[in-house]
Amino acid sequence: MKGIITVVGVDHVGIIAKVCLLLADENVNILDISQTIVQGYFTMMMVVDASTAEIPFEDLVVKLEEAGEEIGVVVRLQHEDIFNTMHRI
Amino acid sequence: MISKVEVLETNKMIQEENLDVRTITMGISLMDCADGNLDTFNKKIYDKITSKAEKLVKTGEDIAKQYGVPIVNKRISVTPIAIAAAGCDTDSYVAVAHALDRAAKEVGVNFIGGFSALVQKGCSNGDVVLLNSIAQALSETERVCASVNIASTKAGINMDAVRRMGEIIHETAVLTKDRDSIGCAKLVVFCNAPEDNPFMAGAFHGVGERDCVINVGVSGPGVVKKALENVRGKDFETLCEMVKKTAFKITRVGQVVAQEASRRLGVPFGIIDLSLAPTPAIGDSIAEILQEMGLEYVGAPGTTAALALLNDNVKKGGVMASSYVGGLSGAFIPISEDHGMIAAVKAGALTLEKLEAMTCVCSVGLDMVPIPGDTKKETISGIIADEMAIGMINGKTTAVRIIPVIGKSVGDMVEFGGLLGYAPIMRVNPFSCDAFIHRGGRIPAPIHSFKN
Repeated sequence: MKGIITVVGVDHVGIIAKVCLLLADENVNILDISQTIVQGYFTMMMVVDASTAEIPFEDLVVKLEEAGEEIGVVVRLQHEDIFNTMHRI
Repeated sequence: MISKVEVLETNKMIQEENLDVRTITMGISLMDCADGNLDTFNKKIYDKITSKAEKLVKTGEDIAKQYGVPIVNKRISVTPIAIAAAGCDTDSYVAVAHALDRAAKEVGVNFIGGFSALVQKGCSNGDVVLLNSIAQALSETERVCASVNIASTKAGINMDAVRRMGEIIHETAVLTKDRDSIGCAKLVVFCNAPEDNPFMAGAFHGVGERDCVINVGVSGPGVVKKALENVRGKDFETLCEMVKKTAFKITRVGQVVAQEASRRLGVPFGIIDLSLAPTPAIGDSIAEILQEMGLEYVGAPGTTAALALLNDNVKKGGVMASSYVGGLSGAFIPISEDHGMIAAVKAGALTLEKLEAMTCVCSVGLDMVPIPGDTKKETISGIIADEMAIGMINGKTTAVRIIPVIGKSVGDMVEFGGLLGYAPIMRVNPFSCDAFIHRGGRIPAPIHSFKN
């Protein structure tokens, strides 16, 4: 099951590291990363494979959210289907 | 591959424009609970509802997390109690309402619909008992919603029921007068009621439905409003295209949520209801969409046309986005649940008569309309009769959810709280229709040709 992670917030050291470490701990493989900084704002999108995760998808959502709060950015993990169904016929 | 732009667009809709799934409603048949003994019947329906819907709320919350989209309400609709409880040897169904209320609390849903009767052609014994129980049931329970279908295009209008509903609405208002007559906010009178409507207060599980089913109501007026800001000043072709495309995207969210809910609960997917449903929050309003089209206030000349094009294009966009569409599927125009509608009433732009005209082109009807508490029962019946006639002649669903707020008069504010909102009391035409309402009997079904 693929998930899309978005990270938005003020840029600072260690954002990618924090998210990636958590994913590695939960055995989630990263398939793609793209990242830009617009006017000091960090925006990242990741495609991950959550099917190998140690914990249920919903718990992973909460863990990532909490990790984001710790470092002052908003981290969201969503099942890719919400984007596929909305933007693809 | 999904692009970043698309991901950000979806998340902007959710975070900034109030895109949500308004309700996952589980329809449950109570036909197999029939019993001659009232207590046994109540136990059977309580057990069936709490076992079928045991995981409904938790599943809804999990799906909301999975897709990152809020699912605002989890609800239940059941077989109209007038039918399910018809075999009970009793002269009151108030105890049934209490059983439904307890079941709703047990599984954690905020509303349960189906304290209902279908009397468009006449009342059976069960229907009479139900009608007599409505006012007390609504005043003594918290989460039970009642609805009565009193007219249809096939059967005509049951004018005895029209008269009776005026009395029942008044009685319900009196019994809940210490809470601004809020009982009436849980009571809907229908013409051509849909059997798969997931939205309260009019939801019930129709007799043609399967044992258990999942219906989903989408929402997102804020998303449509934002999208229309991008086509300001453009012609109607551009406007309509934008509404269609946006409605498609909104409905797709409902579709994916419905399918997932159906899969997780092991209950078949019924329908998506395409309705745009407002809340009192800023940026979640149907009236704002109409204003964005170019109206100063809702109620201004042009309002009916604007609403008609909104409603039609929401359907055109939404129908392709879902495998099954049903329910009410139209724009809701409640007064108290939409701050733009409230503002229009306050400004004197929107009257009850204009609102009635608007209901000719959209679902659902006169919705959450507070009127003076001293409005006569016959006058309430007259308002109902007009709305039923619109539905009957035009072959569409219409409804009346009107609240005579005891102790308040025109211009006073009434506060229902939460999603039910607040509103100023609207003026009602003071002239009498008593003799018309007192005639009794039925208005025959209309002719289906010579449409003029």
